[in-house]
Amino acid sequence: MADVKKVERPLSPHLQVYRPQLTSISSILVRITGIALLGLSTLVVAWFLAAASSETAFAAMDGFLRSWFGSLIMLGGVWAFVYHMLGRLRHLLWDFGYCVDVPTSEKLAIGMLGLSTLVTLIVALV
Amino acid sequence: MQRYLTDRKRADGLGSGRHGTHHHWHMMMTSLALVVVVPVFLVTFLAGFGGTYAEVVAYFSQPIPAIIVALSLIVTISHVTSEAVVAVEDYVHGARGKLLIIGLNWFSYILIAVGLFAIARMAL
Repeated sequence: MADVKKVERPLSPHLQVYRPQLTSISSILVRITGIALLGLSTLVVAWFLAAASSETAFAAMDGFLRSWFGSLIMLGGVWAFVYHMLGRLRHLLWDFGYCVDVPTSEKLAIGMLGLSTLVTLIVALV
Repeated sequence: MQRYLTDRKRADGLGSGRHGTHHHWHMMMTSLALVVVVPVFLVTFLAGFGGTYAEVVAYFSQPIPAIIVALSLIVTISHVTSEAVVAVEDYVHGARGKLLIIGLNWFSYILIAVGLFAIARMAL
């Protein structure tokens, strides 16, 4: 500790040369959906503020969120919300010491992707 | 001059400052809350979304939908802000990172305040 030397250490395999795996992709998606949800909650809050303000403000905001582009964002938001919740639930399981192995983690990843897609499809159809 | 620095001095300011687990605990708590909030919010919100102006205001001024939306905004925004803050801590360092973290926190406080105001205005 007393002498700090700069040591040349080998670099770990970098993102660009690493084969994508279900474990890494599903984990990165938890972070991406988490950050995306901050943007999405801004849209939802804007919609509520518009509804609380006036009929014209509501018409503009509601019109945007119900247009084809807005619907795409909202459905993506549903997917992200459910996926993120399930991803964090998987983190909780890991924190308590369950499912900490690759095969189970991959099964959970498929479950997360499947369930969030299923919920999004149900919302899109109903 | 490095050899005149003591080990203690060199370690100062680099450790957890005894708050290392706080962030993780906060993530665990809000994650667990999300397990309830996500389905309840989706069902409540989607039942109100898509109506006319009068229908939307009437629906969200009811106590249960209003409380669920307020609760969901607080839990979700505080959770995803922490999520964004960790990403900043991981990839942006120095003054820029600190400013981004301050900015994210301000943004989330404002977002929660505005959301609660909107719900209160409709419900009261």
